[in-house]
Amino acid sequence: MFEGFELFPKFDWKWSFVFEILPRLLWATLNTLMAAGTGYAIALVIGLVFALAQRTGIRTVTLIVREIVEFIRSTPLVLQIFFIFYVGPQFGIRLSPWTSGMIAIGLHYAAYLSEVYRAGLESVPRGQWEACKALNFSMTRTYFRVIIPQALPPALPGMGNYLVGIFKDTPMLMVIGVAELMHAATALGSTYYRYLEPYTMVGILFLLISLPTAFGLRRFESFVARALGMRK
Amino acid sequence: MQNYVEYLQTYGSRFVDGTLVTIQQTLLAAFLAIFVAALFGMMRLSEKWLVRGTSIVYIEFFRGTSLLVQLYWIFFVLPLLGVTFDKFTAGFVAVGLNLGAYGAELVRGSIEAVPKGQYEACHALNMSYYKRMRRIILPQALLIMLPPWGNLLIELLKGTALVSLISVTDLMFEAKQINGTTYLSAESFGTAMIIYYLMARVVVSPGMRAFESYWGKKMGRI
Repeated sequence: MFEGFELFPKFDWKWSFVFEILPRLLWATLNTLMAAGTGYAIALVIGLVFALAQRTGIRTVTLIVREIVEFIRSTPLVLQIFFIFYVGPQFGIRLSPWTSGMIAIGLHYAAYLSEVYRAGLESVPRGQWEACKALNFSMTRTYFRVIIPQALPPALPGMGNYLVGIFKDTPMLMVIGVAELMHAATALGSTYYRYLEPYTMVGILFLLISLPTAFGLRRFESFVARALGMRK
Repeated sequence: MQNYVEYLQTYGSRFVDGTLVTIQQTLLAAFLAIFVAALFGMMRLSEKWLVRGTSIVYIEFFRGTSLLVQLYWIFFVLPLLGVTFDKFTAGFVAVGLNLGAYGAELVRGSIEAVPKGQYEACHALNMSYYKRMRRIILPQALLIMLPPWGNLLIELLKGTALVSLISVTDLMFEAKQINGTTYLSAESFGTAMIIYYLMARVVVSPGMRAFESYWGKKMGRI
């Protein structure tokens, strides 16, 4: 189980190597960010479809969509990535690693986001809907002027968490060969046969991006809440 | 359909083996995560800044980077610093430490959510810190944190799928191997997905709900 302890036997951190690989890692970081952004955009839209499908009032539709969401939420993302990438060719559809990765991440997080949307919409009191009906507001006016401004602030923290969550899950895309950060680090590691610096730099880059993002999102949430007049 | 039955007859036992490894990984990682969460969650509320700071650094570090990065780091880089784990241990240690950091935040939140009056009553009764925590605060905090822990344990179960990437022979790994020899991707990955789904939906969720209602009754709430 525990195979040994010896104080720093092969530990030699080489700054020269770090600076040699840093440009490639930074390029790969751009890919990671692009993957996270694209995946999030897909998840935001499909999540809305999942959430609205559960509000149609047709019982069977609600139940089926609920179960699909539960299924996606309780199976590992890395397995879904493999599934989408390898099942296509079996039926004659070839998807590039990038496309199948984006579909997998988009669907996975859509399931999570649909729950966030649902909770946000349900947090709006019934009286608000009734008032809109009493004032004879159209459906679009009801949603855009009354419901969404109130549903958004409670939903924002969850939406923000999943943005950071997607960013942290992009390394899984390396399993099908998307050239993101972790993939680049592994490639560099096996080329130079040094894993210390690449993997440590990946960890540091992740921290450098995710911590300020999380902090910025908190600021953004309170800004939106104030802008919509929900909080002083 | 006929083909799938034959497929299961041939490879079913390997799926079972993989599932057993996944269950072992999940249980070990869950124990570690609960221990880590309790420890760092309580440390997070300490009045001493050094204790609190240690816990904040731990939580932010493990929540700020991804599980896969941590797993690779523990498996490939830690040996260079003199600590060597075999792959099975590295797998559940990484998953446990990662999910433990998320759990620590749940522990902190739930302790803070226990009404202030309870603390004041403890003071009035002159209870010591340990007695107050053990008899009054933690039992109530547990009731508050159980529902989110149910979700966290499902995340943990899913997280163990990543250990296949350092070749622990879990369910995910077997699915990948079988797919590699048969090229029946829908069957291989689909079967694994269904097994994960059943473990989460039939074992973890109802189990946690049962524990929740048991604890609720014990606390006289339900």
